[in-house]
Amino acid sequence: MAESLLKVSGVSKHFGGFTALSDVSLEIAAGERFGLIGPNGSGKTTLINCISGLLRNDAGQIIFNGKELTGLPPYQRTRLGIARSFQVPRPFHSMSVLENLLVPSAYVVHMKDSEGEAQAMEILRGMGLAEKAGLHANQLSQVELRKLELARAMAARPRLLISDEAMAGLSGSEVDEVLAILFKLNESGITIIMIEHIMQAVMRFSQRVVCLDAGKIICEGTPASIVQNAEVQKAYLGA
Amino acid sequence: MRFWICAAVIALAAMGVALSGINEYVFFAAFVVLTYVVLATAWNILGGYAGYVNFGTPAFFGTGAYTAVVLFKWLGAPLIVQIFAGAAMGGLLGFGVGMLTLRLRGIFFAIATVAVIFIMETLMINWRYVGGATGLQLLRPEAMAPFASYTRMLFVVMALMAVAAVAVARYIQTSWIGRGLRAIRDSEEAAEASGVPTLRLKLVACVVSGALMGAAGAPMPMYLSFIEPASTFSLNYAIGALAAPMIGGTTHWLGPVLGALLLVTIQQIVTVTISNEINVLVVGVLLVLFVVLAPDGILGFFKRWLKASSK
Amino acid sequence: MAFSFDLLTEALLFGVLLGCFYAAVSIGLSVSFGLLDVPNVAHPAIMVLGSYATYVVASYGLDPILAGVVLMPVFFVLGILIYRFYYESFEKRGTEAGVRGLAFFFGIAFIIEVGLILVFGVDQRTVAARYIGSSLALGDYRIPYRMLVAFGVALVLTFALTLYLSKTFTGRAIKAVAQDEAALRLMGVNPVRIKQWAFGIATGVSALAGAMLIIVGPVEPAVDRLYIGRTFCVVVLAGLGSMTGTLGAGLILGISESIVLMFFGASWAPAVAFGLLLVVLGIRPQGLFGR
Repeated sequence: MAESLLKVSGVSKHFGGFTALSDVSLEIAAGERFGLIGPNGSGKTTLINCISGLLRNDAGQIIFNGKELTGLPPYQRTRLGIARSFQVPRPFHSMSVLENLLVPSAYVVHMKDSEGEAQAMEILRGMGLAEKAGLHANQLSQVELRKLELARAMAARPRLLISDEAMAGLSGSEVDEVLAILFKLNESGITIIMIEHIMQAVMRFSQRVVCLDAGKIICEGTPASIVQNAEVQKAYLGA
Repeated sequence: MRFWICAAVIALAAMGVALSGINEYVFFAAFVVLTYVVLATAWNILGGYAGYVNFGTPAFFGTGAYTAVVLFKWLGAPLIVQIFAGAAMGGLLGFGVGMLTLRLRGIFFAIATVAVIFIMETLMINWRYVGGATGLQLLRPEAMAPFASYTRMLFVVMALMAVAAVAVARYIQTSWIGRGLRAIRDSEEAAEASGVPTLRLKLVACVVSGALMGAAGAPMPMYLSFIEPASTFSLNYAIGALAAPMIGGTTHWLGPVLGALLLVTIQQIVTVTISNEINVLVVGVLLVLFVVLAPDGILGFFKRWLKASSK
Repeated sequence: MAFSFDLLTEALLFGVLLGCFYAAVSIGLSVSFGLLDVPNVAHPAIMVLGSYATYVVASYGLDPILAGVVLMPVFFVLGILIYRFYYESFEKRGTEAGVRGLAFFFGIAFIIEVGLILVFGVDQRTVAARYIGSSLALGDYRIPYRMLVAFGVALVLTFALTLYLSKTFTGRAIKAVAQDEAALRLMGVNPVRIKQWAFGIATGVSALAGAMLIIVGPVEPAVDRLYIGRTFCVVVLAGLGSMTGTLGAGLILGISESIVLMFFGASWAPAVAFGLLLVVLGIRPQGLFGR
């Protein structure tokens, strides 16, 4: 059994009187392809924000690669090897596509610009964005923006990549494009957590899936077993 | 390299002008222009590069001025010491305000800087040693050779300070710090997720900005031979330091310089042709106009030219 | 320092009245900044504009409070125009809205202040009314009538606005737009029109607040700077978006200032609001009652 890369134990998060996460626990092995699903408002992004450090969990532990993360600011977690893309892309709009990738390569990997540029071009080539390297965010299409999010996360040379609804709103072939990229990244050794609503993508991609509803985990298992699960069906289709 | 050559030329030119027989008034006016160049450049390091708007320029400027007064009155300290002390106090204030509010959204930092103006002003009003509300007269030291007057020396000092401030801004802008600040300005959350230590960088920018403003304030009491709270902490410095970069352009160190030159020139023209009160109104109107219509400032028009030449 | 319970009680009494007054002048900001997230640092300046407008209208013989009420619809329209302008220029374009929006309102505040100086000069202005100048005797204490008037108007304003926001459709839509614009759009409500309306209300309320300001004491153009501290202190201390919290926070500020005024003198009182604001920002930025 591969050792767990990420271990979330008993994590809870409240916003005033509202409980966003309640006693959430899961373990992800190194190299795994992990899917996180759940209806809107179930707490998926909150959980990701707690893991990446944007939010502070009120209870529980998050251990990454043997190191307890509680209290560490996001930038330190990125330096430890956790990278994430944002649901609504947040490119650095005053910079070109290439320069966007130079930020993580300088701040996480501590590369000089010349090295960073070489790495960036390689990443962009792998995503099919190489010709757009000199363009700015406002000149990119939706799917290109999503790829930029992933490319920028990759420039940080992470061990764990969290993809937050990277495929939302994309067409069928665009979904396939992004999925192919994620498969390729995983083949090179990167553990990937995928949050998605597009069921066929999650099912094709994940080795294991966890379903959240109203802040609690209601089901965990292989894609096939999840789809059959009555609780999951209820959560998505309503009681 | 080109930059340093230009800087040296400017410094030498300033010396030359100071030693020439030009009318004394030129130095009085130029001192003010140069002060605003430093203030605008300092403001832009935090406001333009990082996107954190500072309304409280007078607080840092005034802290520098009063630090200079205290040192002068207590120890008879020379100008250079006053300036470094002013910078130190300004930087310290920047650190304090930054630690308190840079974790929060930009508007809270902005409001906190207004608070600091008030608090500093209230403290100075209640402090007898520096003259309280009525202020203090100061006796200038003898003019140092080779300068014919103290004002000329102040002019050269300010010119050198302006060059230094611009050099600092330029370094920050072109270094990895600058890229991090820009990332913060574009999307702070994405910057943090990309490994940028946002709080630390913001603090650095805040301290540097505050220190430069404090340094700019230090020569002011000697310039006026007088100090009092109301005019030292005047909101005119707040709007001027903010308007100059907004008008000139916030992404490049040239912006604040151009903006300051333009603004002070326009103000002088308006004061002479229309009235003194209107000139302050003009600054406000120009600020609003540029912010709404020309967000990239004057430099925005020359953006392409700049991109080609700064590589 | 001469301390006596009599003095303390008087300070407390005055502080409560002052606090309610501060709450009333901050309510507009609670809506525009607390709920709508508009960085409206020009709020106190607009209020001072309201004071001077009241002064002008009252000089025709109208009671100041009535003048304030009459000015409310005018300022309501002004608010809609300002918001529309702000939205078209900044919010719509997203990205750089933060810095430029702030600079914009700062510029507006500055223009208003300087404009007032140009038109009215730097001297203080006051208004006259039956209730200004005399006091109510309550046992050993004398309470100025004008403070009672401000107190009364403040309470009415706060409760009226709180009721409006919770009972009427538009009011609830305003609260909703603060939380979930997308959902509102799905319900067929145009968020921009709601925000515009809300900002108009906030500005209209500022007119009345300005009237109260000039009733409570003399006004000069620079007084808006002092009120930046007071209004933001109240709004932040209350917690963004909390109307009743505004009342509580106002009381805390009013009482603190009153005590400082009583025991340390007038030269320190203005710093209380700013000092309290910095403390709150440092320790508990989400305020006491926030959403």
